[in-house]
Amino acid sequence: MRLTQGAFSFLPDLTDAQIRAQIEYCLRMGWAVSVEYTDDPHPRNTYWEMFGMPMFDLKDAAGAMAELDACRKTFPNHYIKVNAFDSSHGWESLRLSFLVQRPKDEPGFELMRAEADGRNLRYTTRAYATTRPEGKRY
Amino acid sequence: MGKLEQMKTPTDAGARYKAGVLKYAQMGYWEPQYQPQDTDVLALFRITPQDGVDPEEAAAAVAGESSTATWTVVWTDRLTACDMYRAKAYKVEPVPGAPGQYFAYIAYDLDLFEPGSLANLTASIIGNVFGFKPLKALRLEDMRLPVAYVKTFDGPPTGIVVERERLDKFGRPLLGATVKPKLGLSGKNYGRVVYEALKGGLDFTKDDENINSQAFMHWRDRFLFCMEAVNRAQAATGEVKGHYLNVTAATMEDMYERAEFAKALGSNIVMIDLVIGYTAIQSMSKWARRNDMILHLHRAGHSTYTRQKTHGISFRVISKWMRLAGVDHIHAGTVVGKLEGDPNSVQGFYNVLREEHNPVDLQRGIFFEQDWGGLRKVMPVASGGIHAGQMHQLIHYLGEDVVLQFGGGTIGHPLGIAAGATANRVALEAMILARNEGRDIWNEGPQILADAARHCAPLKAALDTWGEVTFNYASTDTPDFVPTPTAA
Repeated sequence: MRLTQGAFSFLPDLTDAQIRAQIEYCLRMGWAVSVEYTDDPHPRNTYWEMFGMPMFDLKDAAGAMAELDACRKTFPNHYIKVNAFDSSHGWESLRLSFLVQRPKDEPGFELMRAEADGRNLRYTTRAYATTRPEGKRY
Repeated sequence: MGKLEQMKTPTDAGARYKAGVLKYAQMGYWEPQYQPQDTDVLALFRITPQDGVDPEEAAAAVAGESSTATWTVVWTDRLTACDMYRAKAYKVEPVPGAPGQYFAYIAYDLDLFEPGSLANLTASIIGNVFGFKPLKALRLEDMRLPVAYVKTFDGPPTGIVVERERLDKFGRPLLGATVKPKLGLSGKNYGRVVYEALKGGLDFTKDDENINSQAFMHWRDRFLFCMEAVNRAQAATGEVKGHYLNVTAATMEDMYERAEFAKALGSNIVMIDLVIGYTAIQSMSKWARRNDMILHLHRAGHSTYTRQKTHGISFRVISKWMRLAGVDHIHAGTVVGKLEGDPNSVQGFYNVLREEHNPVDLQRGIFFEQDWGGLRKVMPVASGGIHAGQMHQLIHYLGEDVVLQFGGGTIGHPLGIAAGATANRVALEAMILARNEGRDIWNEGPQILADAARHCAPLKAALDTWGEVTFNYASTDTPDFVPTPTAA
């Protein structure tokens, strides 16, 4: 399967030039860029690991690209995403988030059903990879 | 007696309250010197007086009939602080380019309204007054709701930002589709459409406004099959998905029962129709807030009173009321699709729903400055006759905080429902990527889509099928003010 979280997962994987152009857009908008990684891609895993802090004072996209490269080197087979945070009043959340790396093999998710009263079902989504401990999944 | 003399309120209280009939203006409802206060509720009406009725008297009558007045003098006014409770028409001006029509500005004291009750607000403002004989027609164009009043409402239970956080989707419009045909599918077949569309790339699918619990599909069946589809699609893609389960029903008890079942099945969103009424909407909003549920509102019925410019209520007012009442999604027009929607008017509705503060913007039909006092933002929904080939126009007009709903444009795709969904998602992502890169999507849009279609056969098929389809009809609900040309 192909995990389709993030803003651009239906496009061919972005090149570094395309990633840099998106980061430049975020910096023009005054947003703080950050890099996050995980080997638990559950759709409701809200807290991916932060690869450093959001780069609040960054002016040049090269700085973010360097962080991303360092993250890729450390976690060559994890999911990695770039986030852009907007601290302005009334938003104070992400404005853009997109995947920039995915594992070579994505086994996907199992849907487990527990039969309940009547015809009700209780659903649980579980990544096949997360049967193994963190760091040994992909 | 001259016209001005007729309008004057008798200064002597004995004369003012003598039994009999006075003109509304003479009863104190026309006050051209009045300076609206920050805490006043302001309303702008378009009035079309009957022949021979002065516009000022007609405006005073509207002020009177929507506040304290009746047709004759009553001495019991004198038991109250009636000067304060009277609404005041304070300005009347002709509508540009529309002979016989006038804009009447009316101020209402805040104490006239029950806190947090849309039913109470509307019972005054659109109560008896719309049937008033001295007017040929009457339309509520806009309202200014003072922050003091806004703060008595809970507003949207989720709002744009928190909805995005729950869905983990940022930086692009959300994609949806209404299941078609809207009537007749069994629960099992209906869920198939939901599964294919979500797996293909949509974020949401949707019940239509008149899907409730009919003989061909009872509501419990629909809910069960749809949630199977949602969960299957979620596991297939690793993305949060949802289906707007329409809980609209005959009674509040039925609606609560359906909403509770949706919650028990793990749905993240439920849906209601505008026709359930303001009080039911506020009740469902409170339920959604208690249960972490996104609340989608379909504006079923609104065109009966929003479309014609001379009589009814502008949709910008309905937008303001629904933001107060507290819905998370509302259908607000597409500009380019099959349903009524002038670009400037529609952008005015979107601004009312999404901004923290609306400046006066006559070109978009916004007559009053509006401070929303931190009330959450409503996600507008664009639905009705739109397709992937219009993606650049949709983003140009509507921005990115919007749900784009392609019903026919997904389900009618020649390669199937999932392919239709994929075509829309690829078109959307390619356009956002290009916009962020600084490209001029308005002019380059067709080329950007053609380029994206080279790696996406479903998009190519969509463009080949619908690329040229447009709905170019003149809008009826257009702003009255056009921009004044300025020297470059």
